[in-house]
Amino acid sequence: MNIVTKYFNCNILKDGQILAHDLWVVDGRIENPEIIFYDNKKIPDIEIDCLGSLITPGFIDLQINGAFGVDFTYHNGDGLDIVRKGLLKYGVTGFCPTIVSTTSSNYHEILPKFKRCRGDEQGAAVLGAHVEGPFISGLKHGAHSLSNIKTLENSNLIDTYGSLDNIQIVTLAPELNGSMEVIKLLSNNGIVVSLGHTSSNMETSIQAVKNGATFITHLFNAMLSFHHRDPGLIGLIACPPTVEKPLFFGIIADGTHTHPAALKIAHKVNPEGLVLVTDALSAIGLPDGIHHLGDEQIEVKNSKAYIANTNTLCGSVTSLDECMRYFIEATNCSVAEAIETVTLHPAQVLGIQQFKGTLNYGADADFVFLGPKLNVQSTWINGQCVFEHNSGAGYIVKKTT
Amino acid sequence: MRLIIMDNADKVSEWAAKYVAKRIKHFNPGPDRYFVLGLPTGGTPLGMYQYLIQYYRAGDISFKYVKTFNMDEYVGIPRDHVESYHYYMMTNFFTHVDIDPNNAHILDGNAVDLHAECMNYERLIEEAGGVHLFIGGIGPDGHIAFNEPGSSLASKTRVKTLARETLEANARFFDNDIEKVPKRALTVGVGTVMNAETVMILITGSHKAFALHKAIEEGVNHMWTVSAFQQHPKTIILCDEDATLELKVKTVKYFKALGAVHEKLIEDNSDS
Repeated sequence: MNIVTKYFNCNILKDGQILAHDLWVVDGRIENPEIIFYDNKKIPDIEIDCLGSLITPGFIDLQINGAFGVDFTYHNGDGLDIVRKGLLKYGVTGFCPTIVSTTSSNYHEILPKFKRCRGDEQGAAVLGAHVEGPFISGLKHGAHSLSNIKTLENSNLIDTYGSLDNIQIVTLAPELNGSMEVIKLLSNNGIVVSLGHTSSNMETSIQAVKNGATFITHLFNAMLSFHHRDPGLIGLIACPPTVEKPLFFGIIADGTHTHPAALKIAHKVNPEGLVLVTDALSAIGLPDGIHHLGDEQIEVKNSKAYIANTNTLCGSVTSLDECMRYFIEATNCSVAEAIETVTLHPAQVLGIQQFKGTLNYGADADFVFLGPKLNVQSTWINGQCVFEHNSGAGYIVKKTT
Repeated sequence: MRLIIMDNADKVSEWAAKYVAKRIKHFNPGPDRYFVLGLPTGGTPLGMYQYLIQYYRAGDISFKYVKTFNMDEYVGIPRDHVESYHYYMMTNFFTHVDIDPNNAHILDGNAVDLHAECMNYERLIEEAGGVHLFIGGIGPDGHIAFNEPGSSLASKTRVKTLARETLEANARFFDNDIEKVPKRALTVGVGTVMNAETVMILITGSHKAFALHKAIEEGVNHMWTVSAFQQHPKTIILCDEDATLELKVKTVKYFKALGAVHEKLIEDNSDS
């Protein structure tokens, strides 16, 4: 057995509760002190006084289009490392780089560059790409270019994406002809099918879930509005069909894309399925001023991104930790519930909750030290501190070997 | 016997912890010289452990050269069960201080040969040179460790079948299902504790008041096993005001008058 580290004087989120418990880490994993003490008869090699910090699992973002000037879709797949590193300051230890509807040739070029990788001091883990489109509804394309949208009748998955190897999530519209077979095929191959950019009614949505879809892309946005006689895709969160796998839904809690009342409804109806996503654009993390993103000129003012010289918002630039804090404010939910929307729930969507999104024994030692205002003080991956806030990292090392 | 009466349970915890700290420091333990502690579990000593952790964190004491022997453990529940005494000690004390796991002894209620486990425990205590300070609590029926009413006052470490009353009292820790309560336990004997150099018994709360009365104001009686310590040369009974409710005014006044003497026991430079 190698180095044993004990984190003490902390509160940790475990099993949905915040408790004053120590955390023991051996070889980058969270371990049971009972076994370390009674069986291995080891005492800690390193002791870290957490100064009362709240330790949560590392945050996971399932939908992020880019950050720090990097756009995953339009920059030839370059700049992933810049984003990996930069996201650490928001407490993010794992994410799914998200690619909006684009041309087949672009998919073929960029997807091979989004290989899954473990988190380390270089940055957050890449948990597989999220391809949002191109098999979506032309009626609900949002910011996706209409010319890139495809049907399943005149193109197939492999021709479009090249290979499915690096893909973790596919957002598609279930009303497209042939979608049910595709949903089955993808989910049987361990790829998460997310329903979104769709005009689907409730019945079709239920069929999609029965065929293996387990996620909904940015609830309320790019789908039919709630109607009391056909609640559409939104209706699923109130009565998900009884299937083996639970249904989750992403939601953007940036204070702009989803009204607080809508957040509250989603939370009240289905707190266990709620996953916060940033859907962030490349402008996130950029200082105020004019920036060039692809062909667009954008202006960042007071941490909001506008099309330059206008007052037109052009996408979310709110970080995941900020979304979490806003979500608490908007819904009045408990801190524990809010944290699970950026940790446990996204991990469950990907089926990796044994290793990520929890502080259970056996999980990767990826965690975030939060301060009294739920501010990120430091971020840890595999038991190594990979980011420290300059106003205080929330810990001091008490004992080293 | 010394009877030390503190205002409340918290003061009892603090005094107990100070006394432990004082004894360890005074002993000046080292690699060839271990201080040996006997330890209880349960609600009463919890506060004492918290103070000890606090003193350890402040750098006042170290458990590096301390050996511990716990009083008892249930038979047949998993070690990581929240009601197991292994779990209690790990959660509330061992993992918060610098004790070497090799020196922290608890009876193994899952041993294949329980009798051999008990014999071995006695041998380990003997090899450690005996217990310097055995700390205990009592039940409302005056039992110490799992030495329930009627236990031999000369008993050594052994397997005990628990009384129906104890099972009923413990059911609340096991989903209120008496069937889930372990029926047997391993426990040090009254005689094992009697062999310690000093015995300190913590008694708090009015529900223990009658037991305290039986322990010190009447004769030695195996139906109130804690009364055996009347015959121990160095026993400290540490209680709160609530626990004195059944005592004679005379008893309480006599021991309270000795308060200044008792304070000396936890002063840094005094002999214990």
